[in-house]
Amino acid sequence: MTTTPSAPETDIRPVSLWRITWRRLLRQRSAQVGGAILLALVFIAVFAPVLAPYDPLEVLIGKEDVRKREAPCIHLLGCPPEKPQHIMGIDGNFRDVFSRVLYGTRVSLFVGFTTVTFAIVAGTLLGAISGYAGGWVDNVIMRLMDVLMAFPSLLLAIAIVAVLGRGLQNALLAIAIVSTPVYARVVRASVLSLKEREFVQASRALGASHAHILLRRILPNALPPLIVQGTLGVASAILDAAALSFLGLGAQPPTPEWGTMLGTERNQVFTAPHLVFFPGLAIMITVLAFNLLGDGLRDALDPRLKS
Amino acid sequence: MLQYTIRRLLLSIPVLFGILLVTFMLARAIPGDPCKAMLGEKATPEVCERFYEEHGLNDPLPTQFAVYMGKVLRGDLGQSIRFSRPVAIIILERLPTTVELSLAALTLAVAIGIPLGIVSAVYRNSPVDVGTMVLANAGVSMPVYWLGLILAYTFALLLKDTPFWLPPAGRLSAGVVAHPFYEVFGWDVPQEGARYFLLEFIANMYVVNSIITRDWAVLKDALQHLALPALALSTIPLSIIARMTRSSMLEVLRQDYIRAARAKGLRRHVVILKHALRNALLPIVTIIGLQVGLLFSGAVLTETIFSFAGVGRMLFEAITARDYPVIQGFTVVIALIYVGVNLLVDLSYVFVDPRIRLD
Repeated sequence: MTTTPSAPETDIRPVSLWRITWRRLLRQRSAQVGGAILLALVFIAVFAPVLAPYDPLEVLIGKEDVRKREAPCIHLLGCPPEKPQHIMGIDGNFRDVFSRVLYGTRVSLFVGFTTVTFAIVAGTLLGAISGYAGGWVDNVIMRLMDVLMAFPSLLLAIAIVAVLGRGLQNALLAIAIVSTPVYARVVRASVLSLKEREFVQASRALGASHAHILLRRILPNALPPLIVQGTLGVASAILDAAALSFLGLGAQPPTPEWGTMLGTERNQVFTAPHLVFFPGLAIMITVLAFNLLGDGLRDALDPRLKS
Repeated sequence: MLQYTIRRLLLSIPVLFGILLVTFMLARAIPGDPCKAMLGEKATPEVCERFYEEHGLNDPLPTQFAVYMGKVLRGDLGQSIRFSRPVAIIILERLPTTVELSLAALTLAVAIGIPLGIVSAVYRNSPVDVGTMVLANAGVSMPVYWLGLILAYTFALLLKDTPFWLPPAGRLSAGVVAHPFYEVFGWDVPQEGARYFLLEFIANMYVVNSIITRDWAVLKDALQHLALPALALSTIPLSIIARMTRSSMLEVLRQDYIRAARAKGLRRHVVILKHALRNALLPIVTIIGLQVGLLFSGAVLTETIFSFAGVGRMLFEAITARDYPVIQGFTVVIALIYVGVNLLVDLSYVFVDPRIRLD
């Protein structure tokens, strides 16, 4: 039987930067709140079929005693028990708003993550090439990014979708395109500051290829600002996508998307305010979660910014 | 300074060129036949051939772009399909409304946001600070159009029959007419030329026009109609400005010279407003400048909700009617304004911080 050497008295294992960051993040109040809301939203998105009392597309007329755009009926708040419970009311097509809002979480999280992933991949590629290559390549790519940034993002997205045609897919593409320049700039700035550092030059002196230097030495060190920007980017992507849907350019009815739900019932705000109130509240909570988490991440990843 | 201004102007030329290229390509990216997209599905081949010829669509793309660029530089943004009128004229008619709305929103945002940020920084971690920051976080996360609808519901319906009632739609009440100030003053203005458009532009800002003509009844009505859209539109800029003011002030307040100023017996408010705020202003000015893009984006949504006849609502209607020249023209104009404002913000640094030398 072999014996393993006994552990030293004091733990001298190296603590990685990510571990320190994680610990710091857990201490941030805003990150705690944002993270908790986000976890809850992911839970709702995953278990929507279990949590939702109705199918989000099910038209309830003829099946239940419901009226068009009926106000919320909550048994605990005095709604007669013989009536079916609809805690966020009924919409203009006799559907259960609560179920639709729950399913909307799926669409919004999907929108946020896919657009930002696309934008980060494209932006990182462009920014890394631009910063690493320098010269005319840098000039061409960055001037292109300048042009894209010369438009207010939502308006450019509107123009792109207006041309490509309405629909969730085109809206996603438009938002991804307009959010790419930010990531390209962030990555380029990191690459520029990192490529002259000693550890990169050491790697180059050892004969490492450009791809190796860029992928293994530079990009991992350029990640922190990208993560912060990405988290905040999800928030604005969700907000922009909802705005496009609200204008009728994004997700089309009967998709349970919050912006679409708001847009189709906006003229009913005086007669059935619940149809406007709940989807908007859902958008705000989701966007707030990502904003809080992004703020917390920024403070955790960059101690210099901490006030 | 002059040298810097000229250099910055020259540097914006490639960006402006890019803007035109992007909008040109957007129009070419319309899927399907541009003739059928513009004239409808029933357009015959003969009609389409004439349409191509008229619009130069048979020319090679670079030629088309050159022609397009030349037209835009001369202020010709094409014809609206829906109204058969020049796009430039339509935008000029609608722009004052949006400018007035945006300026009102920006004024609210600055007038409320900066004091809130200062109070938050000075009384750091107090209930006021925590409350302000919670509201500011909620403010940047709120869909403008949702807030607009909630405000309309609250002020137009719930507060009906109270002095706080505010109208939920339009720019003036039915029957109220804002007579252009140049007509009131009896000026004889021919309905053409730059002078007419300038006067029309000012007269179309109802608040400004009614102040010039001293028509207080119209002013009250216009302000009442402006209140809710401006409030909704100001929320996001207000929150951003409040947050930026707070963090910038916190940074400055811990500097030694602030302690020195306090130590030599200066009053607290003098130190905060004169010594600290002046030095904290630079990032705040930058962030205020950046709000212009947000205001125009927000105006599309706010004007749609409040039936406000500005360029934002025009864009929404143009999208619905697939009026591509209007969408294209609008995009160009807004991008140009945006670039111009960013230039002004850069130039304003000299006045905000005399240590900065632009050359």
